[in-house]
Amino acid sequence: MSGGLYSTQSKDFDKTLDLKKIAPYGDTMNDGKVQVSFTLPVPAGAEATEAAKLMLKKMGLENPQVVYFKELTPGYTFFNCYGNATQSVDYTTIYVPKVESTVMDMHETDIFIKENIGRPLVVLGASTGTDAHTVGIDAIMNMKGYAGHYGLERYEMFEAYNLGSQVLNEDFIAKAIEMKADALLVSQTVTQKDVHIKNLIELVELMEAEGLRDKVILICGGPRLSHELAKELGYDAGFGMNSYADDVGSYIAQEFARRQTQQK
Amino acid sequence: MHSKLGLDFKRVDYARELASGIASNVQEFVESFTTVAVERTLCRMAGIDGTDSNEVPLPNVMTDFLKERGVINQGVLFYIANAMVNTGLSPQEIAEKVAGGQLDITTLPIVSEESIKEALKPIIEQCIKRITDRKQRREKYLETLGEGSKPYLYVIVATGNIYEDVIQAEAAARQGADIIAVIRTTGQSLLDYVPYGATTEGFGGTFATQENFKIMRCALDKVGEEVGRYIRLCNYCSGLCMPEIAVMGAFEGLDVMLNDALYGILFRDINMQRTLVDQYFSRIINGFAGVIINTGEDNYLTTADAFEEAHTVLASDFINEQLALLAGIPEEQMGLGHAFEMDPELENGFLYELSQAQMTREIFPKSPLKYMPPTKFMTGNIFKGHIQDALFNIVGIWTGQGIQLLGMPTEAIHTPFMSDRYLAIENARYIFGNMKNLGDEVEFKEGGVIRERARFVLENAIQTLEKINNVGLFSALEQGLFGDVKRSKTGGKGLEGVAAKGNNYINPFIKQMKGDK
Repeated sequence: MSGGLYSTQSKDFDKTLDLKKIAPYGDTMNDGKVQVSFTLPVPAGAEATEAAKLMLKKMGLENPQVVYFKELTPGYTFFNCYGNATQSVDYTTIYVPKVESTVMDMHETDIFIKENIGRPLVVLGASTGTDAHTVGIDAIMNMKGYAGHYGLERYEMFEAYNLGSQVLNEDFIAKAIEMKADALLVSQTVTQKDVHIKNLIELVELMEAEGLRDKVILICGGPRLSHELAKELGYDAGFGMNSYADDVGSYIAQEFARRQTQQK
Repeated sequence: MHSKLGLDFKRVDYARELASGIASNVQEFVESFTTVAVERTLCRMAGIDGTDSNEVPLPNVMTDFLKERGVINQGVLFYIANAMVNTGLSPQEIAEKVAGGQLDITTLPIVSEESIKEALKPIIEQCIKRITDRKQRREKYLETLGEGSKPYLYVIVATGNIYEDVIQAEAAARQGADIIAVIRTTGQSLLDYVPYGATTEGFGGTFATQENFKIMRCALDKVGEEVGRYIRLCNYCSGLCMPEIAVMGAFEGLDVMLNDALYGILFRDINMQRTLVDQYFSRIINGFAGVIINTGEDNYLTTADAFEEAHTVLASDFINEQLALLAGIPEEQMGLGHAFEMDPELENGFLYELSQAQMTREIFPKSPLKYMPPTKFMTGNIFKGHIQDALFNIVGIWTGQGIQLLGMPTEAIHTPFMSDRYLAIENARYIFGNMKNLGDEVEFKEGGVIRERARFVLENAIQTLEKINNVGLFSALEQGLFGDVKRSKTGGKGLEGVAAKGNNYINPFIKQMKGDK
């Protein structure tokens, strides 16, 4: 076999999995293989390739390899690179706050609400602020749902209203009061320059001013949101990527029931 | 015409008849109204530009002035011409005096109709010349430099900073792009004015301003000369400033404009009366300026299911075609929209997409159809996404689409990086070259999945058009026939800017631009 195509470097590192020190996995435990691509604002050439390798080293990647580069336009070079991570992570001490509820399907949630609450819950959803994207709120609320998960509109025990996109926070609150909402869902898709954070905080502040904050379950969602961030911003829960109506519906039902019990 | 799908063109003709009925119904309404956006456009066409001391655009100052005095229904041209005769000032000087509180154009003595027409004449000629010159400049470039072959490769830039956009656009042109679309900043469609000057701050896009248009057009001319191909510039004539953006684009040499009232109604909650009136005048301008309009049907499939609601896209394309014809837009400038948005998990999804794209091609043979890439089922898995885009590109070249909006592997993650655009263009160029004449080689089997799908979608579209024809477009929108979205005739944004035309109302541009192409 001629050299270069296959790695012949010795694999003289510890190949047993240690959850206290996990590293990226290519094809051998602890090999640390990472694939990275980026563009540098310099013309293509030996210096550019060297700069890309130094960049990888500074990222903590050893044995940096530039496998492809292309000058996209004069003065900008794109790289596909590989390297080996030198850092590891202790998986055993990780704590991520999560929405604490059991995920039930539509039918189970409907039964849960009937048995524990005894009336349909009113849920209002909107994509607020200047955000024109409805894909998130639609996935959670629309009758048809998304990827095989029916939306809240199809649930017997949710009265779900999807207000659509670009709803002002003020209008959203007015509607919440009018409809006597039990839960509010705010969707934020556009995240450039953190416009979503500002908008989400504004809603909480307005609700506090109206004395409404504690009366409803306030939830936000979007591809760049997490439960942790949601809590930080003053929301009861946050749903990020790969969340469906099931997750949101189960949470609302259980959280409402929990609050009901607390009040008794 | 020979159909590779065995389409029944008698049924297509019938669908067109229905759409024509729907469109003329709308037209009757549209012609008797004006809007603040139309009046601001006329200010710009009369040569009024710039802002007052509070940075309010002078066209807004003028229309607000008339609106506050309850006479906007008479139209700005009437008052401008009347003031010109009375004062001997130019429209720009009149606007400046109105802004400075030194002139009340509503209290001057009213001169004769003849003198008003006479005063407007040179202004109209000047505006027409300005647009015609621009148009000829494009035609000259197309003659001398030439252009890319269809489907045109359309990519977006969206940095928020017009100068950064220029760098991205130049790179894309060098990589093979034919059309550069500068995405607008989030929320601009809801502004009832057009910002002034060059801008460097936007969210998810860059403000559409006349100066930004000029900066980008100039950059694309230069890079076009470098690569030996005319590079088209696209922006967005939608929202509350439709006709204003149209005329700014006409002045600055834009080539493609998204220009669809239905899109604004459904997805931006803009009042339907307002935006249909705005659309009519904006389309007259686009038609006259040689601008290709893009319609937004593809968006229906981001909210409704692409497989089940395919017929709504076709029905809307039929209606949009008729509305465009009424505004004098030739078929060659109608970039009717459709999309590749079916769930990738759907068995035979590619066959259905292929069928629909071929069907749309055959039904609108002259249209530079605008074909949208997958967006709804792009997940952040860039590798799968790149393949989804490849399948989309195969359909694009196979069925001879006009404008291919290139999908980005990083769709659903961020607005495109320079390198994302490079990968997308490389993907399309590979497939477009490698499969160039596939479409000429293939016809579809009688009774097969592909022919049956096309027949089914056309028949469903006809049913939808029959329904709309019975109730009218306004009621159809209220019932949520498109994109599963319901909108009320008096709801949404911008209704307060609509007025029934008064006795003195005059807009000679309509006749001149529609008649003289």
